[in-house]
Amino acid sequence: MFLKKAIARINDIFFRSVGLLLFFLLWEAAPRLDWVRPTYMSPPSAVFRAIYLLALRGELSKHFFISLQRVLLGLLVSVVVGISFGLFIGYFKSIERYLDLLFQAFRQMSAFALFPVFILLFGLSELSKTIIIFWASLWPVLLNTSTGVKHVDKVLIQSAKSMGASRSFIFRKIILPAAAPEIFTGIRLGGSYCVMAVVAAEMIGATAGLGYLVMYSQETFNIPEMYAGIVSLAALGLGLNYALHSVEKFFTSWKQAIGAGE
Amino acid sequence: MTIKVRARQVNRAFQVKNDLGKKEILTVLNHFDLDIQEGEFLSILGPSGCGKSTFLNILAGLDDYDQGDIRVDQEVLQKRSFDRGMVFQSYALLPWRTVLENLEIGLEIRRVRKKERREIARRYLGLVGLSSFANQYPHQLSGGMRQRVAIARVLAYQPNLLLMDEPFAALDAQTRETMQIELLRIWEADKKTILFVTHSIDEAILLSDRVAIMTARTGQVKEIIDIDLPRPRTEEIRSSVEFTRIRQNVWGLLKDEVLKAQNYARDCAEL
Ligand SMILES: Nc1ncnc2c1ncn2[C@@H]1O[C@H](COP(=O)(O)OP(=O)(O)OP(=O)(O)O)[C@@H](O)[C@H]1O
Ligand SMILES: [Mg+2]
Repeated sequence: MFLKKAIARINDIFFRSVGLLLFFLLWEAAPRLDWVRPTYMSPPSAVFRAIYLLALRGELSKHFFISLQRVLLGLLVSVVVGISFGLFIGYFKSIERYLDLLFQAFRQMSAFALFPVFILLFGLSELSKTIIIFWASLWPVLLNTSTGVKHVDKVLIQSAKSMGASRSFIFRKIILPAAAPEIFTGIRLGGSYCVMAVVAAEMIGATAGLGYLVMYSQETFNIPEMYAGIVSLAALGLGLNYALHSVEKFFTSWKQAIGAGE
Repeated sequence: MTIKVRARQVNRAFQVKNDLGKKEILTVLNHFDLDIQEGEFLSILGPSGCGKSTFLNILAGLDDYDQGDIRVDQEVLQKRSFDRGMVFQSYALLPWRTVLENLEIGLEIRRVRKKERREIARRYLGLVGLSSFANQYPHQLSGGMRQRVAIARVLAYQPNLLLMDEPFAALDAQTRETMQIELLRIWEADKKTILFVTHSIDEAILLSDRVAIMTARTGQVKEIIDIDLPRPRTEEIRSSVEFTRIRQNVWGLLKDEVLKAQNYARDCAEL
C-alpha cells in the first residue's frame, strides 16, 4: 500500500516534469549545437555550475534572502491594506460606485511605469522599492477581497440575521469565511506580481538582490551568473506560490473535503 | 389561547423600475391583517408574488414595513431578537462548517458556551436522524439531508417562533413527503409556533392547524380555514374523505387568486 502510493507519487512528479525536462534538454542543446551563440546563452549545465559557485561563496543566499525580504514586506503591507480596504468597500456597496473607476484605472496602471515617480518622491531608497512591490500586489488583493465580500450568498446573512446575529458577528463568522477563498486567490495573484515587481525594483539603484544580480552579471558579461539569477527568481516565485497555496489550503480545507472521508 | 403574533394594517411597498425604466411604487402588502396563535401551525397559501415572503421577512427582521402594527407577545416587533428563526428553501448552510458546527451557529449567536453548544447540537442532530453525519460538510449531503440539517439548526437555537419559507420546495416528491411527516413528528413534541409558506395545498392541509389564503394583489389574507383533522397525523390521512373535502374548498378559494395573478402578469406583459 505504502509502496504503491510512493510509486504513484514518483510517477506523478515525473509526468509533471516532462515539459520542464524537455525544455532543459533543448536549452542545453541550443548553445552546444550552435543554434544560438554560446556567449549569449549559457547551457543549463553551466548555469547550475554558476548557481553552485554562487551558493558556495554565500552570495546566492544573500541576494535570495534580500529579494525574499522585499517581496514579503511589500506583500505583507498590501495584504493588510488591501484586505482592510477590500472588506470595507465590499461591505458598504454604496461607496464602491464612487471608487470603482478609480480603482480600475489604478489597477491598469503598471507599477513599472510608476517606479520613476516613486523614485522622484522617495529617492532610490528601500522605501521606493517597497512601494513599487506594494503597488503591484495591492490591487489584486483589494479587488478580489471586495468581490469576495460582495458575492457572499445573501441567504447566509439573512439566516444569521433572523436568529438575531449582530453586525459584527455576521462580519466575522459569515462574511469573512465566505469571502476567504476569493481573498486567498487575490493574495496568490499579488504574490506573483510581487516577484515581478521586485526584479524591476532591484534593477535600478540597488546593491543587492536577485534583480541586481541579473542586471550586474549582464553588465559585467558574466552570462552564466545572469542566468543563475533568472533561474533563482523563478525558484523564488515558485516557492512563494507554493507557500501561499499551502496557507490557503489550510484555511479553506473544507473546499478540498470532497472524498476526504473514510 | 394566547396570540403569538398580531399583525394589523401592515403596508409594504417597494420602489421598482417598470419595463420602461420609470420608477414605480409596487404595493405588496396592503392593510394586511393576521393573528398567529401561540403553539399553532399556520400555513400561508397564495399566488406567486402576493407577498408571502415579504411578510415572513418582516417578521424575521430582514425587511421593514411602511405602516401598521406588528406585535410579538404583545410587544412591538423588534428587528433583532433571539426568539425566532427562519428556514429557507435554499438551506442556507455554511459550506465551511461541518454539519455539527452548522447546528451550533444559532447558539453561538446567543453566546451559549462551547460545551453546552456541542451537547445541544448533537441532541438535535439526533432528532433529525443525522448523528452519523456530524463531521461531514454540507456539500457531502443530499438535498433532503441538507434541509434536515437546516431545520435541526433552527430547532437547536430553540426559538419560540419558526418561520419557514417553502422549505421543501427544492426537494423531490418522495423526500418531500417524508420530510413533512418528520416535521410533524418534531413539531408535535414541543409545539412551537410555526408560520409556514408553501405552494402545495396538500402540504398545507397535512401540516397545519389553520391555513391562510392570500389574495393576488395587493396582498391580504382572504380567508383562514381551520383544519380539523385529528392529530397526530399520518400519511394515510391524505386519502381520507375529510382531507379531500378541505382540499376542494381550499382550491376553490385559491383558484380565483391564482387566475387573477396570471391575468395581472399578462396585462403587464402586454403593456
Ligand atoms: N426588495 C424588493 N425590491 C423590490 N421588489 C420586491 C422586493 N422584494 C419583493 N419584491 C416584490 O414584491 C412582490 C412580492 O414578493 P414576495 O417575495 O413576497 O412574493 P411571494 O408571495 O413570496 O412569491 P413566491 O410565491 O413566488 O415566493 C413581488 O412582486 C416582488 O417582485
Ligand atoms: Mg416567496
